[in-house]
Amino acid sequence: MARNILSMEDITKVYPNGFVANKNVNLSVNEGEIHALIGENGAGKSTLMKILFGVEKADEGKILLNGEEIQIDNPNVAIGHGIGMVHQHFMLVPSLTVAENVVVGMEPKTNGFFSMEKTIKITKEASELYNFKVDPRSKIKDLTVGMKQKVEILKALVRGAKILILDEPTAVLTPQETTELFKELKGLKEKGYTIIFISHKLNEIIELCDRITIMRDGKIVGVEKVGKITEQDISRMMVGRDIILEVIKEKAKPKQPVLNIQNIIKYSTPEKKILNDVSFIVRSGEILGIAGVEGNGQKELSEIITGMDESYDGEISINDTNIKKLSIRDIRELGVSHISEDRMTYGIVGDGTIAENMISDRYYKKKYQKGFLLNFEKIKKESKELIEMFNVKCDGHKQPINMLSGGNMQKVVAAREFTSGSTLVIANQPTRGIDVGASSFIRNKLIELRDQGDAILLISADLNEVLEVSDSLIVMNNGEIAAYFEDAKLVNEDELGEYMLGLKRMTDEEIRRVADVK
Amino acid sequence: MDNLLKAIFSAEFVYSIIRVTTPLLFAGLAALIANKGGVLHIAYEGIMVTAAFCGVVGSAYSQSLLVGLLSGLAGGLLISFLLGYFSLILRADRTLTGIALNTFASGGTVFMLYVLTNDKGLSTSLNSLTFPIVNIPIIKNIPILGTALSGHNVLTYVSFICVFLVFVVLYKTPFGLRIRTVGENEDAASSVGVKVIRVKFITLLISGAIASLGGVYMSMGYLSWFARDMIAGRGFMGIAAQNLGGEPLSTMIAALFFGLANALSNVLQTLNIPAEFVQVIPYVATLIGLAAYSGSMKRNKINKKS
Repeated sequence: MARNILSMEDITKVYPNGFVANKNVNLSVNEGEIHALIGENGAGKSTLMKILFGVEKADEGKILLNGEEIQIDNPNVAIGHGIGMVHQHFMLVPSLTVAENVVVGMEPKTNGFFSMEKTIKITKEASELYNFKVDPRSKIKDLTVGMKQKVEILKALVRGAKILILDEPTAVLTPQETTELFKELKGLKEKGYTIIFISHKLNEIIELCDRITIMRDGKIVGVEKVGKITEQDISRMMVGRDIILEVIKEKAKPKQPVLNIQNIIKYSTPEKKILNDVSFIVRSGEILGIAGVEGNGQKELSEIITGMDESYDGEISINDTNIKKLSIRDIRELGVSHISEDRMTYGIVGDGTIAENMISDRYYKKKYQKGFLLNFEKIKKESKELIEMFNVKCDGHKQPINMLSGGNMQKVVAAREFTSGSTLVIANQPTRGIDVGASSFIRNKLIELRDQGDAILLISADLNEVLEVSDSLIVMNNGEIAAYFEDAKLVNEDELGEYMLGLKRMTDEEIRRVADVK
Repeated sequence: MDNLLKAIFSAEFVYSIIRVTTPLLFAGLAALIANKGGVLHIAYEGIMVTAAFCGVVGSAYSQSLLVGLLSGLAGGLLISFLLGYFSLILRADRTLTGIALNTFASGGTVFMLYVLTNDKGLSTSLNSLTFPIVNIPIIKNIPILGTALSGHNVLTYVSFICVFLVFVVLYKTPFGLRIRTVGENEDAASSVGVKVIRVKFITLLISGAIASLGGVYMSMGYLSWFARDMIAGRGFMGIAAQNLGGEPLSTMIAALFFGLANALSNVLQTLNIPAEFVQVIPYVATLIGLAAYSGSMKRNKINKKS
């Protein structure tokens, strides 16, 4: 009875840097269903949808709409075929009204002039038809996030979309807004619209969707009917591990607390807490891992600890010094090293040389200066040593860093951060997007630093990494700590997945143990 | 002092404000529409000086006002086109391109003037035309009001009509909506299939045409000849006016404010005050205006944050 409306067959996409985002992916969507596309970050969901919407081009494979092969070279073609996309980052103009945003590009006219009247009418009719409560005359900048999203959906519908792609629509919404969105999406389904719903929140998918396609590592690992599969099965398929990493390390011997975080609260919008009462302690000589799907507060947490974000409530002390009023340099002088998840923005200066990047945290110190000038002898000598020590493959210390591969860039960052005399290392996605060799090098360096007595906070979306490298482990979900495992070795992966996806949560007492001074 | 006050509180003074506001208003509206479309640039000086020169030459050789107007527009549009080609198609930096075009236009017009007249300063040897004065029926007979508002150059009236026209283009045409969308969020525009580069290019040309009218007015209305670098910062004051105004009507008010400063400096020059000092007034007024504006913006931002 279900009629196939859209299928993507044998889609393969390899990015120029060699990363295989999609490998022989087959997606089949039926008319009038809400189809969930689920998978961890980097599993290839977004790439697949970009291909469908004409933003990216597949290297292999074809797209069939109603059984006929179509070529989608750009978003206009996709829109022409009745495919609409609601992006995670809204494509709206803040100072214009809702109605103007809805019609731009297909403006209604009277006698050649832009007709505001018709614009309002179109928007009003559409919002009434689909039961979306938005005021066509209000300006986008005055709307809540949930309202903006409705405008985006309206925009697609008014353009004749029959298939709607929603890219993690609930990531930015409050629970109330999510409930409302689901009501509206179900309404659209009743009217015969087809929806592709990208998410990694299992409970939402069970509530909303009909069928589910699960992706992992660029491949499809399962297509199931919701209701015929348990949440546990989905979670296992999503986060299951293929390769077990071999990391050799001795048992940790934790000593005194270095990083002490108590009751951190941070708002991302006036209504939404991105960090909700987070407390934990990292001790000298241990690696505390934070596992979790990205966007559950990890980025904000690392920015707060390193002083890049000062607007939060709660107390943070590093080596018994409260960091609230300290500048980033003061915090670094306390012995904090930071590998940012955003390497290109916070990790390196792209136009600078390797040597310049290696001393960018310490150039101001006396030993790097000679009178008013930099001591180039010293800089040359030290950067050459670091290149050797960290095995950076390059043509010399004067080579611009953006000529290097991602892995070698990250080694330069590591060379700087791991030799600054740190007592606390914040490593946020330290091996993201880099090759296997560089990854294992950096992981081993982290363990080496631990053995020298550093406290290490490892934030990683890579489960293999976070399970193998960490000594203890916390799981973050929705801005809160969902679980604490004192010994990362004893963690059951299936259970971990359930904590990550918000299916389970430990008791407050169990979680609280991570923040107790022993 | 009495003389000065008499000079300021007179219909003639209002008349002169409107007269000197005209080129600022053209430049301001040109900058406004460009800013709305996200292509604000600094080449208005170059556009205006080229238009001023081409207008004089065109009218002198054809003895036709229409040809003069059209060649002025063509000259200004050429500069706008070059700016668009370099900055939008070849992706050169818009500010650097603007500086280059201003320098080019300043030197190029003097060079061409020398080729045509053997004079490097003025075009007085060319028998160029000027746009006519228009007396408005009825109003011209009202005392004071008639003196102030009637009897202006036709381009002056055009400049005030342009305030309305720019408003209509921006807010009452489909293309205006696209200009505003592109200017504020390019991605939003291209995600619904609007051709961003094309919209930007056309915006630049519309803006260039308006600025050209200001240039033509300078040499065929305000004065009746072309003089080297005769725009003298009016293009930049136009940018300042749109920055203060932000919308067509408020840009007009800002332009009138700068016009007032200009007119004041003209009146004061007749007194025993050093001319250089007096000539500074419009520029100082511009600086004060901009400082006040950015100060108020900062406060707004802080209010929004808290």
